[in-house]
Amino acid sequence: MASGADFIQRAKGEIEEIQPSQANEELSADNTVVVDVREQHEFEERHIPGAVHVPRGHLESRIEQFVPDKSKRVLVYCASGNRSALAAKTLTDELDYTDVASVAGGITLWKDRGYETVVPRSLTQEQKERYSRHILIPEIGLEGQLKLLDAKVLLLGAGGLGSPTALYLAAAGVGTLGLVDDDVVDASNLQRQVIHNIERIGVAKTESARIAIEALNPDVKVVEHRVRFGPENVIELLSDYDVIVDGADNFPTRYLLNDASVRLGKPVVSASILAFDGQISTFIPHDGPCYRCLYPTPPPPELAPSCGAAGVLGVLPGIMGLFQANEVIKLVTGQGEPLKGRLLLFEALRTEFTELKVKRDPECPICGPGAAELADGELGKFPDYEAFCSGAPVAVA
Amino acid sequence: MPTIKVPPVLRAQTGGEAEVSVEAANVGEVLRGLVEAHPGTERQLFDGEGALNRYVNIYLNDEDVRVLDGLETSVSDGDTVVILPAMAGGRY
Repeated sequence: MASGADFIQRAKGEIEEIQPSQANEELSADNTVVVDVREQHEFEERHIPGAVHVPRGHLESRIEQFVPDKSKRVLVYCASGNRSALAAKTLTDELDYTDVASVAGGITLWKDRGYETVVPRSLTQEQKERYSRHILIPEIGLEGQLKLLDAKVLLLGAGGLGSPTALYLAAAGVGTLGLVDDDVVDASNLQRQVIHNIERIGVAKTESARIAIEALNPDVKVVEHRVRFGPENVIELLSDYDVIVDGADNFPTRYLLNDASVRLGKPVVSASILAFDGQISTFIPHDGPCYRCLYPTPPPPELAPSCGAAGVLGVLPGIMGLFQANEVIKLVTGQGEPLKGRLLLFEALRTEFTELKVKRDPECPICGPGAAELADGELGKFPDYEAFCSGAPVAVA
Repeated sequence: MPTIKVPPVLRAQTGGEAEVSVEAANVGEVLRGLVEAHPGTERQLFDGEGALNRYVNIYLNDEDVRVLDGLETSVSDGDTVVILPAMAGGRY
């Protein structure tokens, strides 16, 4: 009876075996596919650049997904050249691949000979566990989770909307969360601003939020911007981030953010709340409408009660803030359909949704054809800002 | 009859009514019907010249009347006219 070693030896005699040098020469050819047949953990540790991963145990069931064209040149490798020899034999004899070779000595010899390898990014064991429910969803998966960990999201406001958004984005593993807020935690905030707590009354909201986020997920880097968002800092604040979440409490800030984000090409997830009603939309510069396409002119104070004191149902910012977090996750992972060109209205008392279409305004001063000529200093300007919102900071120079 | 959805900021002027139905042939008539029934809404919808205020967005069902025929856009039974106010709240 033949031993396992004999069996492998015989297989090697029946297939094409090539040296690492030859494999390296063939690597860049268009017709070549490199297949790593080792186990998951071996592939994750290090592999040949561009290799597709099909563990030998799944070879028969998965190879056609990765190499549908059986006439392709297929270079198979493993750790030392044994498993790949058997895999090459299977591919040739059983699966009708016509041009298969096994790399002698596997990745061990390949590396010893000085050829290039890559160490792929992966998650730590702790991260795999923490994000396992994301990784199980094909639309997110490992790739989406890595995108979330790389993402930099700026939240305007660490209050009603910012609290739930920040908490859930932190839990989801968004790697960098910037928080812009110059306020401190007040007892009246706690009815809805769930990221803060009794012990942190009087503490800066950015700091209070950072403490809560760090206790929830150490993967998240929190950047505190304890400033009032204004024309003097808007470009600098937005520059480092991929997505902006607007939870501002006044019109000058909303227009200023819009104008600057269009200029910088940053998507903005914008929501607002009042009493029992919420609105949300996602503005993607030049791809969809902007905030000014939707609202060309700010309303006067009597139609904009946010300028004064107005109440809000505590759960409402929770609902709308999580819609914002959902938009952010879709934008970061590139999955699904964002609320682009759509304004979603939510009425809490009736539990009713209304969706309205928002079109690009061809004459929009900010995202229309004339916008390029607008100087940076003109962004966010309205001649009558002071008149309509005396309680809010004025964004006019 | 078309129905108007009244935003919260105007409900003080409609006696708390969130929806008002008005007999009308176009969007402009719908709004004027609302003003007739609830005169307090006039100043917030129309300027001194009787034109719609620039900051008021009006939708017929889910479409902005700016991309339709504006106030001349005709309405049918069962249509909904949405008065959309900009809201700024969030952080507070």
